[in-house]
Amino acid sequence: MSELSPRKFSRRKLITTGIAAAAGVGSLGVAARLAQEYGLVPPDHGGIYGLGETLTYASQRLLTRHSLAREFSRSQISKPPFPNEIPRLNDAFKNLQAGGFADWRLSVNGLVAKPASFSLAQLKSYPSHSQITMVQCEEGWSYIAEWIGVPLSQILQAVEVHPQARYVVYFSIDPDWWESIDMPDALHPQTFLTYGMNGDELPVGNGGPLRLRVSRQLGYKSVKYITHMMVTDDLKGFGKGLGSAAPEGGYAWYAGI
Amino acid sequence: METSNSSSGTTPCWIRTTPVTILLAFSRGVRNMRAKWYHSRVSDSACVPGAATAVPTAAVPTTTVPSRHSVLVRVTHWITTLCFLALLVSGAEIVISHPRFYWGETGNDLTPTLFKLPIPASRNFVPSGYGYVLPDQNGWSRYLHFQSAWVVVFTGLLYVVVGLMNGHLRKNLFPGGPDLSWRALSTSIASHLRFERPSEAEAWSYNVLQRLSYLFVIFVLFPFVIWTGLAMSPAFVSAFPATVNVLGGQQSARTLHFFVSLSLVLFLLVHVAMVWLAGFWNRMRAMITGRVAKPVERI
Repeated sequence: MSELSPRKFSRRKLITTGIAAAAGVGSLGVAARLAQEYGLVPPDHGGIYGLGETLTYASQRLLTRHSLAREFSRSQISKPPFPNEIPRLNDAFKNLQAGGFADWRLSVNGLVAKPASFSLAQLKSYPSHSQITMVQCEEGWSYIAEWIGVPLSQILQAVEVHPQARYVVYFSIDPDWWESIDMPDALHPQTFLTYGMNGDELPVGNGGPLRLRVSRQLGYKSVKYITHMMVTDDLKGFGKGLGSAAPEGGYAWYAGI
Repeated sequence: METSNSSSGTTPCWIRTTPVTILLAFSRGVRNMRAKWYHSRVSDSACVPGAATAVPTAAVPTTTVPSRHSVLVRVTHWITTLCFLALLVSGAEIVISHPRFYWGETGNDLTPTLFKLPIPASRNFVPSGYGYVLPDQNGWSRYLHFQSAWVVVFTGLLYVVVGLMNGHLRKNLFPGGPDLSWRALSTSIASHLRFERPSEAEAWSYNVLQRLSYLFVIFVLFPFVIWTGLAMSPAFVSAFPATVNVLGGQQSARTLHFFVSLSLVLFLLVHVAMVWLAGFWNRMRAMITGRVAKPVERI
């Protein structure tokens, strides 16, 4: 039977296959380097789901870098507004709440020229903006509300972000809840530090007194009760280095899906 | 051990389904294909008189049986199968976290539903009517769902593009003109309704109902399930708002996604039932190794 087995490879075929394989591996390496360079690789790219996460994040960064989340008419605002289940609020929060949030502060530092701490009154002294956008939860429910606040880009401009900044990490007063977004989302015109909702104060159930609205991502990226922000060029030093609390709890860092 | 492998007729069914034996069968199929290729080369080359006699066809009958399914069809079929099962399990887990469905843009625990599934939820905030909460599996389910979606999209594209180029879709899936006459269609429908076992010749080609349902799955259900999935992505619809607007809103997209998935599950059940009816092991072997049990002359 052995004389019947065909010669699988001719020399030419071997050489061309070899060159093709080398070119393939090489271009994959170059693609990976370029993807890293252009911010197309999410911090939770390791592990078995890294391929899908990277493809999702990279393709959406290429397609949606400047696109605006859909805005709705005032008549489409959900009535009553939906307050999702919130974590048990700690004493630090309750003390500030007792004082009418007069002492609530948002500190911003990291890769900035002028680290600063803002009171709610100071944030409200910036020209206020509003957007009527949808909050979508990873569970499947959604609601539409008018969100009032100051675009994060204005605050980042005020603290003078260094050019090498790549991410903004933000922390809730609830120590288990912190997230991060890349600069395209941080500088996006619909990313708001939100203090009002539907023409009124932002209710505690919806994240009041201060919530970061990231309108092109699922609800869990819009962290409630924001007290601290840090601008960075590397997420490795935060928590387990996966970018935010979400991947540490088994959820994707990028939630634009 | 080695002899029991070669005589598969005496091997019990359950042993044949182990991954190792599937791999063995697959490699055997590849080997046969190579031998077949070589044989066709040798018999073509009339300038090598010794070669033709050196390959007595009767001595190795199985190697001359043409492959029922091409490597492309077999590999993409099984990758799609794996991805679909992963999408189904993870999709079910995601639905369990909020088993309520709506129509329009928004929907939540405070709004009326289009319908709700009579199952408990994996989140305690959902008014499911049950006194307990199922374990929450959303994290890995969502990771797995999107990863499988990417793999199945690339697999589907490969299948369609290569299938168009090499004529697989034209020859094996697009029904011929006469097949689409009412008479031919009603004959085929009637024989299906009588649960007739297909003839042996049918093991070599798809019947017209089969062709139409495969085409419907490939060119209608799969694209629609991808579309309704993308229409739920807040970032994707920010760039392409029409994808969700024409569906009637984000919750409509979610509800449609659910129904298209149910249609695909229905297809899967009928597909497996038909394979069972036609001879499960023979069809499985054809889709894994490319071979069918009895060599049949092509018509």
